[in-house]
Amino acid sequence: MKWLNVVKVAVTTTVISVGMGVGVVQAEKLGYPEKEELTFGFIKLTDMAPIAIAYENGYFEEEGLYVKIEAQANWKVLLDGVIDGRLDGAHMLAGQPIAATMGYGTKAHIITPFSMDLNGNAITVSNDIWEQMKPNIPKMADGRPVHPIKADALKPVVEKYKAEGKPFNMGMVFPVSTHNYELRYWLAAGGIHPGYYAPHKGDTSGKIDADALLSVTPPPQMPSTLEAGTIYGYCVGEPWNQQAVFKGIGVPVVTDYEIWKDNPEKVFGITAEFAEKYPNTTIRLTRALIRAAMWLDDKNNANRPAAVKILSQPNYVGADYEVIANSMTGTFEYEKGDKRDVPDFNVFFRYNATYPYYSDAIWYLTQMRRWGQISDDKSDDWYKDLAKKVYRPDIYAKAAKSLIAQKIAKASDFPDFGTEDGYRDPQTHFIDDIVYDGTEPNKYIQKFDIGLKSGDKI
Amino acid sequence: MSTATSLNDETEARIAWLDTALEFGSKAVKTIAIPLVGIVIFLFFWAATAQNVKTSLGQFPGPAAVLEQFGTLYEEHRNERVKETGFYERQDVRNAKRMAADPGYQPKVRGYTGKETFLDQIVTSLITVMSGFLVAAIIAIPLGIAIGLNKTLNAAVNPIIQIFKPVSPLAWLPLVTMLVSATYVSSDPMIAKSFLNSMITVTLCCLWPMVINSSLGVASINKDLINVSKVLRLPAIKHVQKIVIPASIPMIFTGMRMSLGVAWMVLIAAEMLAQSPGLGKFVWDEFQNGSSNSLARIMAAVLMIGFIGFLLDRGMLAIQRRVSWDKSTASN
Repeated sequence: MKWLNVVKVAVTTTVISVGMGVGVVQAEKLGYPEKEELTFGFIKLTDMAPIAIAYENGYFEEEGLYVKIEAQANWKVLLDGVIDGRLDGAHMLAGQPIAATMGYGTKAHIITPFSMDLNGNAITVSNDIWEQMKPNIPKMADGRPVHPIKADALKPVVEKYKAEGKPFNMGMVFPVSTHNYELRYWLAAGGIHPGYYAPHKGDTSGKIDADALLSVTPPPQMPSTLEAGTIYGYCVGEPWNQQAVFKGIGVPVVTDYEIWKDNPEKVFGITAEFAEKYPNTTIRLTRALIRAAMWLDDKNNANRPAAVKILSQPNYVGADYEVIANSMTGTFEYEKGDKRDVPDFNVFFRYNATYPYYSDAIWYLTQMRRWGQISDDKSDDWYKDLAKKVYRPDIYAKAAKSLIAQKIAKASDFPDFGTEDGYRDPQTHFIDDIVYDGTEPNKYIQKFDIGLKSGDKI
Repeated sequence: MSTATSLNDETEARIAWLDTALEFGSKAVKTIAIPLVGIVIFLFFWAATAQNVKTSLGQFPGPAAVLEQFGTLYEEHRNERVKETGFYERQDVRNAKRMAADPGYQPKVRGYTGKETFLDQIVTSLITVMSGFLVAAIIAIPLGIAIGLNKTLNAAVNPIIQIFKPVSPLAWLPLVTMLVSATYVSSDPMIAKSFLNSMITVTLCCLWPMVINSSLGVASINKDLINVSKVLRLPAIKHVQKIVIPASIPMIFTGMRMSLGVAWMVLIAAEMLAQSPGLGKFVWDEFQNGSSNSLARIMAAVLMIGFIGFLLDRGMLAIQRRVSWDKSTASN
């Protein structure tokens, strides 16, 4: 009997030590942050929510990070802040790290370990333009217009302005912003030419051959610029479309969810230098942001009203509770009174929203090529290499794995890190039914009627 | 007879008392009641017109709405202080925990990371304006005195001053911003860049009125005083110390008062433009927020800016009265 006991003891110790070994490997103990005091920048838009929530819910503090959050005047100031080190990181347009790394505009190697959200934008036109568009839009039985509204309805209006010699001006928030590409996508899908860029000739205004002239306006100033009559419509994130409805100065006609279902929107950008110098800080801030995103989508948006309350504080977005709640809580008000359910208008965590997919970066690159911001043909490999340089799923995976190890998150919440290659399956839900496959960017560009194709140069 | 006199005296005394009372009364009417009536009429007009002005952010705020926002702003300030205490408590616990796990760690208490309240912004603006003003005074007053004393120097510097004087300091702001970020490089800066930007802008706008007024004050010193100095053969330093400075103090202070007034106005605009902390940023942020309370909060800030500007001016006036021999220059 004695030997049995010995065996027992031996087996248990082995089991325990193996178990401990596994535990050690899994947890891969995360070190203390190298830099603890951080300043993050943001633009007053509802999709900055993960940063605000990570702060207010104490996720940053739990990582040992002391974060200051500062609103920035516009996207250029924000990007410059990150580049010159005034800001350690910021809520960025997905196109910003890509363009900066590529050297379009200010050149700097910016990376992103975390995508902030899906969808969340809309295109709004002034009341006057809406009245002129309305006759061209089919109606439902109850008299409300059929959605999604295509730019075909806007085309006659633009043509009329063109015939009268009046420029048809529209606003977007930044030359490499999601909004610029979404507005262009929507216009072009309806046969309205949004104009080309020709940076090699020094033309970065993007108005060559344009039917509609697009110019930059900072998001919070969109409603007042529309009201002043400087622009006839704009594409911007929330709450600045709902604000137009509340102020009674414009009508949102289409959301970006309808232009491209579940399109990637903002990212969290830091410099490559920062990530290299402060690896633990980088993983820890990614952990905090993942937790904030989980909280925002938790229990089927149950926390959204609480989030809206935080966002409506003057130091965050600062618009009225009702205005922000309109889009954040799963509805969207088009024409005044025409409130429809859009449960996925803001997605922060579902559908792997926070995972930095290479294919998302490549979509932006294809649009930059389509509109001439990239003036020459590039190989598919060039697209993929650039995406790899900017989007860093490796950092994301480290953060997510440590959260799983601590049982703060479940493995099923994330893509399978063992097999994920960073490319989403071909995506089909575009307003013009064109399929996007991130692995073949050059083939994709050929599919558009309006836009530069292989070999084209302005 | 005696009773008559005493009665007479009494009446006289009473009349005298009545006179003083009346005089005092009319003074009180002039200094308190009339301004009060003015304010009431202003408030009435404000309230009446505000009711009729509808903006896309709702009704234009009347006095009641603004007063309410003053209350809210104070409330927010108090709440933030409560959060601040919590922040430090949590930090202490966290530091203690880490000290236990990682004995080599040097615990450091980090400043509160929460937002700046309205009251904090006021303090920031005041510190900025005062430091910019002092830097300007340190440069401008000696320079002005030197220019006033020396005709050649005056001729050399005058065209430069005349050209830079009418430039709005806001035009300098982009240059200042770029210069500061190029020259002030430090991984852990003691002074925030945004503070330096605003401060230098304030300095630039304070400089010229002070230089001009100081030099004018020195140049227009009474000839007799200068002759006295000559007769006594005062050495140059004594001459400046005993004759020039005391004689030109009224003008120097007029220049200082003028520049402080301008500086306060410019600072608010610079803060709005550069998004550096302070009351200007508060106004701009509220404008950007576009909430239904925004206009009332901006109005509250406007009143506060005016009130502080008034206090600054009065403060300078009080100092001027104290140090100046020529009280007539120190009037309203």
